[in-house]
Amino acid sequence: MPWIPKTADMPLLEVNNLRTSFHTNDGEVYAVNDLSFSVEKGETLGVVGESGSGKSQLVLSIINLLASNGQLQGSIRFQGQELVGMKPKEINRIRGNRIGMIFQDPMTCLNGYLTVARQMTEVLMHHQGLDYASAKKCSIEMLDAVHIPDAKNRIDRYPHEFSGGMRQRVMIAMALLCQPDLLIADEPSTALDVTVQAQIIQLMNELQQEFGMSIIMITHDLGVIAGISDNVMVMYGGRICEQAPVFELFDNPRHPYTLGLLQSVPRLDTAGSAKLHSIPGNPPNLLRLPPGCAFVDRCQKGIPVCDQKQPRLREISPEHRVACHLEELP
Amino acid sequence: MTKLLRVDDLKVHFRIPGEGLLRPRHKTLRAVDGISFDLDAGETLGIVGESGCGKSTLARGILGLVPVTSGSIWLAGEELAHLSARALRKRRQHMQIVFQDPLASLDPRMTVSEIIAEPLQVFEPSLDKKERKHKVQGIMERVGLLPNQINRYPHEFSGGQCQRIGIARALVLKPKLLICDEPVSALDVSIQAQIINLLMDIQEDMQLSMLFIAHDLSVVKQISHRVMVMYLGKMVEATTRDELYRDPRHPYTRALIDAIPIPDPTIERNKKFEPLQGDLPSPLDPPSGCSFRTRCPMAADSCAAEAPTQREISEGHWVSCHFA
Amino acid sequence: MNQTLAASTEIRGRSLWQDAWQRLLRNKAALTAVVVLAIISLLVVAAPWLSPYEFDEIDWDLISTAPSLENGHIFGTDSVGRDLFVRTLYGGRMSLMVGIIATLVSLIIGIAWGATAGYIGGRVDNIMMRIVDILYAMPFMFFVILLMVFFGRNIYLIFIAIGAINWLDMARIVRGQTLTLKNKEFVEAATACGVSTPRIILRHIVPNLLGIVVVYVTLTIPQVILVESFLSFLGLGVQEPNTSWGALVNEGAQDMESAPWALLFPAGFLAATLFCFNFIGDGLRDALDPKDR
Repeated sequence: MPWIPKTADMPLLEVNNLRTSFHTNDGEVYAVNDLSFSVEKGETLGVVGESGSGKSQLVLSIINLLASNGQLQGSIRFQGQELVGMKPKEINRIRGNRIGMIFQDPMTCLNGYLTVARQMTEVLMHHQGLDYASAKKCSIEMLDAVHIPDAKNRIDRYPHEFSGGMRQRVMIAMALLCQPDLLIADEPSTALDVTVQAQIIQLMNELQQEFGMSIIMITHDLGVIAGISDNVMVMYGGRICEQAPVFELFDNPRHPYTLGLLQSVPRLDTAGSAKLHSIPGNPPNLLRLPPGCAFVDRCQKGIPVCDQKQPRLREISPEHRVACHLEELP
Repeated sequence: MTKLLRVDDLKVHFRIPGEGLLRPRHKTLRAVDGISFDLDAGETLGIVGESGCGKSTLARGILGLVPVTSGSIWLAGEELAHLSARALRKRRQHMQIVFQDPLASLDPRMTVSEIIAEPLQVFEPSLDKKERKHKVQGIMERVGLLPNQINRYPHEFSGGQCQRIGIARALVLKPKLLICDEPVSALDVSIQAQIINLLMDIQEDMQLSMLFIAHDLSVVKQISHRVMVMYLGKMVEATTRDELYRDPRHPYTRALIDAIPIPDPTIERNKKFEPLQGDLPSPLDPPSGCSFRTRCPMAADSCAAEAPTQREISEGHWVSCHFA
Repeated sequence: MNQTLAASTEIRGRSLWQDAWQRLLRNKAALTAVVVLAIISLLVVAAPWLSPYEFDEIDWDLISTAPSLENGHIFGTDSVGRDLFVRTLYGGRMSLMVGIIATLVSLIIGIAWGATAGYIGGRVDNIMMRIVDILYAMPFMFFVILLMVFFGRNIYLIFIAIGAINWLDMARIVRGQTLTLKNKEFVEAATACGVSTPRIILRHIVPNLLGIVVVYVTLTIPQVILVESFLSFLGLGVQEPNTSWGALVNEGAQDMESAPWALLFPAGFLAATLFCFNFIGDGLRDALDPKDR
């Protein structure tokens, strides 16, 4: 897929200084901290991170589906419209219509008591004011587009009558019904078998070429990222630690965490039996983040300043941003 | 070399109550359907397959956690499949298991020391408190946990640490056979590498034999000496690791290898392959003949008519495909 | 350095119970209920020393007098001139005792029965649960009245009767929970470690059941108290001169127009206690279910 250069136009999604905090019994938790990035039209942004990196909360923040004890600060501009502080009624008009979503477990998002037809047509009738017959026709076309065989008859079935991979296809079809400008996929292939995962990733690539939407792809699988994204954002402890175009990131990873992550993946194409490189320690606890860099106690290149000061996200070359004190060194 | 474990034509079938009120017809789920393999002391056999292929049931069958329908399991020269529950319990100290979900496999109401000491209490009841604690702390250190964490509860640990606790519990009796049932698939990438390295270390140290179950061929490649690929309860290919990855003969093995995304955009984007279409057929109602034929790019008429037999196409390389 | 420092001091863990306790302490309603219930229990236990009167001491001069501080009958007296304050507290003793003992009986039988049936499963489960079903089908009131008719009115019979019925619910709840627990990996892990079945039930199943059971207990105690009150109200409960809240309410209701205090005080205590148990039950349920945090 061609790398789409930045245009002078306004980006599709622009996030600035986003901060998502949760008020819990054990204190204030910052799941997303001072995050800024943008997604261009037609671009695929891959977001990588481990558990506790805040990547899932980032998604929920964008679509304003935070838990009741969550709080948003900063700005999220989607097609020029500010989403932070928007009334639920207005955001509902964007969510599902202009922004589509796919989640890890399709079964939790599909209602098991309604037929697929009912759930799909509902979206179209609500957002686009179609009548049932044309909504159903649209839905069948969309199921065809995601390669569900015999879509015409299968649309009247219930979600549990589909296999895991097929269910994820139904989810994708539903997310794309209104031809959204942005598709957010939160670990869409993690719960699937490898062979089915390959199908889904291929499908998403194909659909993007067909519909031209932007995708935010959240995953922990660097292989998936390598195959699908244009731009990659690596998150750790609720912050961006590195962001770069995909080839740049894989060829020239600058943050020790990105490097460690890349080295710790067992790879088919390289030799076996030798020890894997591993990042020592455990993912950070968002409740007790250190004052300095969140990665400091797992980092093998740490310098004294890492303990005290939060590293600044710095552009080291065009479009390559890194938050590491090592980059500040002369 | 002595074989530590030999599994011969093992079958684990479950009876599923049929539908219909008046004349329910029971269905048989052939979760494991005639698996044979052996395992040397100090060797690791990787077992790979998609979910529903019976790999976890195979592990549980060997351990006697699910009843075996037929076949035999020899552990260190002793037949296990037909032992009474009581007699089997005594053998459990030689074979242990590490589970997929680290937190779920630890009793949330017990402290770490209680969890790790549990097998000791069963098999070495003569130990006094101090000796037991000493042993527990020793094994904790071995798996990379701080011994001063002994009184904490599982929910106070991260996933990777919980998995270390699970490994410590499995190893405290110094078993001969360790079965790992997808031990890293629930963990973060950076933690996966830690656990894989730990398991490789320990295996070398303790001369353990390991069955390493995973759905991911890349993890298995890292840790195994030999690999067996399963599909719908049957073995489709088994050989040494290097041979399998260099020269996969079964179309399913090839599809599995192709499907793994490679973390390198240049390679990944230039990879030409057609992912396997369709899903795993229901194990309740497997296809006739070769069970893979419904998804196989090479399927021919003979595949539907006749199930392929396992053939040794070269020394130690077993395939069950008509075309191999 | 870290290692040596660490080895010398063992870190104390925080168990799920301690966590739950912390959460319970943060729940204002439940905490208030605990305090109120503690005060009532204390009063009830200390009843003999709190009042100069005996619970069965009849004062012929003061029949059905209103509460007054002057004559020392702060809750007034009943229709035969006994001090209501002492009687209310004595009644509370009886009510709480019935509640707690009958619940304990049902708890022990219910857990043992339900956990065994659920864990062993198969035919054993079938037989055990059908017995429960059969007992369920017996009309409770009829059963109690029959017992009373055959054996005469006896407080122990009430314990047995209530306990015998209540354990059925407990057994069903426990069995259901056991069925889910049985399939948890940690139980499988214990089996794989060679732990025997009775030991698994005792060490792994029962402790993990306790959360649900504790909540159920706090909801059962008020239920049992109510049943006892109902029996007393029907005249089947405790025997004079012993009393319970239910019996007192019964007596008070008979002349509530002329002497409302004889109804209001015991009824108030009864209601407050029931409230407290329900609040504690709610609080415990929230505290023990960490998912709702």
